[in-house]
Amino acid sequence: MELRDGLLYSKEHEWLKVEGDEGICGVTDYAQDSLGDVVYAELPEVGKKIKQMEPFMVLESVKATSDVYAPVSGEIIEVNEKLQDSPELVNSDPYGEGWLVKIKLENKDELNNLMDKEAYAKFLEEEEK
Amino acid sequence: MNYVPHTKEDVEVMLKRLGLNNIEDLFSHLPSEVLNKDKIGLPDDLTEKDIVKELHNIGVKNKDILSLSSFLGAGAYFHFVPPVVDYLSGRGEFATAYTPYQPEVSQGTLTAIFEYQTMLSYIFGVDVINASMYDGASSLAEAVLMATNIARRDKFLISSAIHPEYLQVVKTYTKNKGIEIVEVPFDEDGKTDIKFIKKHLLDVAGVAIGYPNFFGIIEDLDDIREAIGDLLLVTSTSEPLSLGIITPPGELGADIVTGEGMSFGNPLAFGGPYLGIFGTSKKYVRKMPGRLVGQTKDVKGNRGFVLTLSTREQHIRRAKATSNICSNEGLCALRAAIYLSLLGKEGFYELSEYNLSLAHYVKDVIIAKDGFDLRFASPFFNEFVIKTIYNPDKLYNYLLDKDIIFGLPLGRYRKDMKDSFLINVTEMINKRDIEKLEKALEGYHD
Amino acid sequence: MTKLIYELSRPGKRTYIPVKKENISSKFPHELLPSKFIRKKKAYLPEVSELEVVRHFTNISQLNVGVDTNFYPLGSCTMKYNPKISEYITQDSQFKDIHPYYPEKFSQGALEILYETASYLEKISGMDKVTFQPAAGAHGELTSLLVIRAYHTANGNPRKKVIVPDSAHGTNPASSALAGYEVIEVRSNEKGMVDCDHLRELMDEDVAAIMLTNPNTLGIFEQNIKKIADLAHEYGALLHYDGANLNAILGRVRPGDMGFDTIQFNLHKTFATPHGGGGPGSGPIGVKSHLVKFLPVPHVEKKKGGAYFLNYDYPESIGKVRAFYGNFLVVLKAYIYLRILGERGIFETSAGAVLNANYLLGLIKDKFDLPYNERYMHEFVVSTKRYKDKGIKALDVAKRLIDYGFHPPTIYFPLIVKEDLMIEPTETEDREVIEAFADALNSIAEEIDKDPDLLKEAPHVTPVGRLDEVWAAKHLILRYEKTEN
Repeated sequence: MELRDGLLYSKEHEWLKVEGDEGICGVTDYAQDSLGDVVYAELPEVGKKIKQMEPFMVLESVKATSDVYAPVSGEIIEVNEKLQDSPELVNSDPYGEGWLVKIKLENKDELNNLMDKEAYAKFLEEEEK
Repeated sequence: MNYVPHTKEDVEVMLKRLGLNNIEDLFSHLPSEVLNKDKIGLPDDLTEKDIVKELHNIGVKNKDILSLSSFLGAGAYFHFVPPVVDYLSGRGEFATAYTPYQPEVSQGTLTAIFEYQTMLSYIFGVDVINASMYDGASSLAEAVLMATNIARRDKFLISSAIHPEYLQVVKTYTKNKGIEIVEVPFDEDGKTDIKFIKKHLLDVAGVAIGYPNFFGIIEDLDDIREAIGDLLLVTSTSEPLSLGIITPPGELGADIVTGEGMSFGNPLAFGGPYLGIFGTSKKYVRKMPGRLVGQTKDVKGNRGFVLTLSTREQHIRRAKATSNICSNEGLCALRAAIYLSLLGKEGFYELSEYNLSLAHYVKDVIIAKDGFDLRFASPFFNEFVIKTIYNPDKLYNYLLDKDIIFGLPLGRYRKDMKDSFLINVTEMINKRDIEKLEKALEGYHD
Repeated sequence: MTKLIYELSRPGKRTYIPVKKENISSKFPHELLPSKFIRKKKAYLPEVSELEVVRHFTNISQLNVGVDTNFYPLGSCTMKYNPKISEYITQDSQFKDIHPYYPEKFSQGALEILYETASYLEKISGMDKVTFQPAAGAHGELTSLLVIRAYHTANGNPRKKVIVPDSAHGTNPASSALAGYEVIEVRSNEKGMVDCDHLRELMDEDVAAIMLTNPNTLGIFEQNIKKIADLAHEYGALLHYDGANLNAILGRVRPGDMGFDTIQFNLHKTFATPHGGGGPGSGPIGVKSHLVKFLPVPHVEKKKGGAYFLNYDYPESIGKVRAFYGNFLVVLKAYIYLRILGERGIFETSAGAVLNANYLLGLIKDKFDLPYNERYMHEFVVSTKRYKDKGIKALDVAKRLIDYGFHPPTIYFPLIVKEDLMIEPTETEDREVIEAFADALNSIAEEIDKDPDLLKEAPHVTPVGRLDEVWAAKHLILRYEKTEN
């Protein structure tokens, strides 16, 4: 499983890349692998308010439909329109072209609830047991 | 008789291998406090010849509709079922298969259901029809749930000119989901009151309309569509043969179409099994209940069919599924596909036209008699409401004694319609039936 | 590649004439209806001859596997032989050509069938009243939960939660949600049974019902069923029996005696009515006396003089869950089956089912993992876990079984066992078939060692190879697109 430096990770397997008071969010390589081939992304509307650790959108594969949980609270300011036609980007490039949404952060303190790469790697090890 | 093929020797060999002495040992681990130590109390077993005789004696207590002149419809229509339908749908390959979870060994079912989806989608004028629901009533109930889910509102308008049993089912399904059902009255023409709808649109998810409605009347769907703006329009068609002639609900802007498909190649069968029709536009396909068959290809690029979008369904999404439906009415859908293939484009139109014109003829025959009139002056397909000045019970029983069923007495559903009968005319009504009715009504008085 | 019926179509081609044009009335649609109601174009349907219809559907039927063609050990689906006598009798006009809105004196035979079949199911289940209105198993679950909800509501509080085991059928949680309940999962313990300690923790006055299958989906009988029932009742909750696995205990244990308050039957499983490639089924429910008044209307009842009638006079009823009275022709088939089996046949049926499952398990258990070392009833679950490092999954074994001439078992269910095959042979298969199936599974296990690709590319003998489900879900082609003008 690939993990990347400079990202924050949630227990529900989302990643967040913080840039100023905005964050880009996607799902991790681990998440896309366990989900299988993604066939549809039900993206939220821009402007939607989301709350940390609450589901805000859905990814659908042929074997599962999974809620994606908000890594932080805030407002959706952009969604990855490319996923409408190419949901498989979530599988092929989960940390890059397969990003999901951009979030305007509401409360930076919440970032403390997320894990760094090392902590997430350890968390995954525990999960696998 | 039973259907266990083991010889005595088989049982011995099998038990021995399991290290058991007798068959009862297979159950020896069951807690004794729950074991049934008595007889069940079923009758003794029968051979086939016995059951055939016995059932014949029960069967004669039913009146075969072919021996009657029946003008009874009201959601269960007596159409001719061509023998080809029974012959083909009775094939064991279709009838004794399970839900097509393993597509490589289920291409027969999957192909047929794909064809069913195709035929019905063009008949109803929508993008997508699912692989079937239980019946027209539960289809409508699921449509109301789907519409409130899409709109995220928990109030829904339903025409009271919809089949009364369908309305009851909708209420049963929605009651515990906190959905408020508002019944829309019908006007003196038997049509849903559009003025009422316009006044009650606040916080509403959508409106459900019978098309044709319970009284056989073709509602002004276009006007209703316009009246409700961007709210969801749900239709319920209990006589889909009407769509051979009348404008399909999808073309008039219905967001979700539902219906009862028994008219397409399924017998009356005392009310079931029937065929729930359910369709919508591509936009809402992920919110739809029930199974869907989709086209795909195999490893070599050959076309094949699979169940698709299964992630909406209960076996994967469990508590979050769009519906709890699992088994549907697959074989009834197959029957519909065979029936519609046999009729074909022209036959379907001709049969629909025949029903329309024969029903209007019979209407004229009835209202030509003293004391009978049409209750609603609205366009209808093959069903209409007759009111009479005579005592309805006496009239009904008088005709019944002559083996004529004078439709459905509507007093059963509404106190203000005690003087009215819902009369249905299909292609099964012939000249003799009409002459019989005409003669019986000639000079009738209480 | 098989053609679709639309691809055989040619404009103007037909042989079948449904009605002759010279009608009693000769009016045209536009004389009878305002033009806005008349569809502009005829519905797009195929134009083919009757022979083509017969050939087409006969040909595609042969792309299917059914109980009539192959062994079909689909776990939890009870794919037993469907007696042909039932098909023969239900073709009779006396049964299929009767209208649901007849005056009751014209449908006494049909009402008798409903009444008598209900009494048989009441005896088998130990319940007080059975209704046939639900059209399938999941519909029965929903109806049962609505009855339970009505019961609690009448007692002042509908309650909030339904508890289902983590091994439950997906319909259980879905039906609970539809009945307006929150779903709580109770864990299975190391024996594959309900973890009673966990259940005790979950119980409170908000629990409306517990839904159980017994034997459960693993094929294991819940030894603590009495304790579970007592625990439920202690908190005022009711216990629902999911009848999917009733075949295992026919005659021997009655759900009513185990402490269940409600049951849903699956006539298309236990009572040998054909499943039809997805239905019609029939999902009658039975309840104990304190719940009878909440059942859907109408009830089929018998007057003193012996006449049957439909009684709608149950003001506390949940209402209706579908139009009319149920899938009558399916009920009739179950009636025929039950009369043929009779008292003795019921016991022989469960014995045959449990014997076949245990015999089969004994023949294959060396080559597959058995997650729970318990006594099994009519079905069992094994796992292909040990073949994981060869890259082999349960799916691959299932697909390879097709090459051997068998329909695959249920796979990836229940969810609590990884890479599992859920196998239910039923009582109608003979020893040769069971042994041949075991041989196939064992020889597939050997193939995994020698040539795993043989499995990964399976099936090899079917009309189509492995189908691309991802492609289907992405493209969503759900109908044949019109090619005419």
